Amino acid sequence: MATENAPNASQYIVHHLTHLKSSTQASLVDWSVFHLDSLFFSVGLGLLAVAAMAHLAARATSGVPGRLQAALEIMVEMVADQAKGIVHSPESRKFVAPVALTVFIWIFLMNAMDLLPVDLLPNIWAAIFGAAGHDPHHAYLRVVPTADLNATLGMSLAVLLICLYYNIKIKGIGGWMHELFTAPFGSHPVLYPINFAMQMIEFVAKTVSHGMRLFGNMYAGELIFMLIALMGAAWAGTFGSSLLWVGGVVAGTIWAIFHILIITLQAFIFMMLTLVYIGQAHESH
Amino acid sequence: MNLNATLFSQLVVFFILAWFTMKFVWPPIMKALDERATRIADGLAAADKAKTDLSLAERRATDELRKARETSNELRAGAERQGTQLIDEARAEAARIIAAARTAAEGEAEVAAQRAKEALRDQVALLAVAGAEQILRKEIDAAMHADLLNQLKAEL
Repeated sequence: MATENAPNASQYIVHHLTHLKSSTQASLVDWSVFHLDSLFFSVGLGLLAVAAMAHLAARATSGVPGRLQAALEIMVEMVADQAKGIVHSPESRKFVAPVALTVFIWIFLMNAMDLLPVDLLPNIWAAIFGAAGHDPHHAYLRVVPTADLNATLGMSLAVLLICLYYNIKIKGIGGWMHELFTAPFGSHPVLYPINFAMQMIEFVAKTVSHGMRLFGNMYAGELIFMLIALMGAAWAGTFGSSLLWVGGVVAGTIWAIFHILIITLQAFIFMMLTLVYIGQAHESH
Repeated sequence: MNLNATLFSQLVVFFILAWFTMKFVWPPIMKALDERATRIADGLAAADKAKTDLSLAERRATDELRKARETSNELRAGAERQGTQLIDEARAEAARIIAAARTAAEGEAEVAAQRAKEALRDQVALLAVAGAEQILRKEIDAAMHADLLNQLKAEL
């Protein structure tokens, strides 16, 4: 199978896991770099989602709804119900419930990019890149924004900011400070530093796990799609290798069907945790 | 697993999308849902009211029907009573007329019988006289025996 310029398995994987970047990443953390592919797909899908929803909402009728309006209403009611059960302030829900809806739809769409054939968009991009006079071997593209830690942590940080905002809004600066130093163990000068440390760990753990959970699921899913694609690509004309191709089709089908569950579930979990964390910010210890 | 500025871009995009949804998606949909809920509630209330009205109307109709039936029964009973009375009266009248006619006829018959009897008596007397005249032409003087004949006539 190995022609001169075909990549081997590890090159294939590495190529697919390399982002389209604005510049080279100098170190593990480099704030001057943008992942253009993640930004393109997340902004594009986000705009698509809110534009479609706004379009439907603008035409929403209180009479008999059309199918699309009914679908959107089902989503809105589901989110509104969940929000009502978790965030008890109607005033906060005016912002929090739309946030949850946005998060759910947006993340679902970003996750759903995983269901496109792994090579489809990267190959199209390589063709465009090559046509523009560049080396198509250096045309990198990752199409699943939620398989990019920056995107998921960006969203979980946004949720953290909302939590901090409501902590201060509901309890006041003083009340929140008091809570930071007296909960969860109690009000005693000796316990102040321990309480504070616990609170900080809690915030960090919530935010990191929130972002990492989504990232991990989508990254792993993407990786498995790549491995399945590699198995299918191992077909080299012999009978034994044709079985690999059949295996690739079967495994790809099974994993894609299973992945429908995962992308929906992860979007739902992210939304629910968003609501739960914001709900916790409303509660005094 | 590199961290870079994509993170902050995503954070900003998050808030922009959330704001957009809050502004342009959530309110119209919630408004439509609330309006529909109100309309459904109104419709259900109207249906309930209609059902109550219907049962009231049914009850009223039944009442009217019953009343009409009672009235008609009353009327029929009255008419029957009146009819019977008329028949009775007519029967009594007829009986009276028949009785009167009978009495009149009997009276007339009696008078006629009396008259016939008297005529008969006269004629019998005449016959008797005539017979006796024939038989006793010679022996009896009419004038002599007139008292006797008159006495005989009165006895008849």
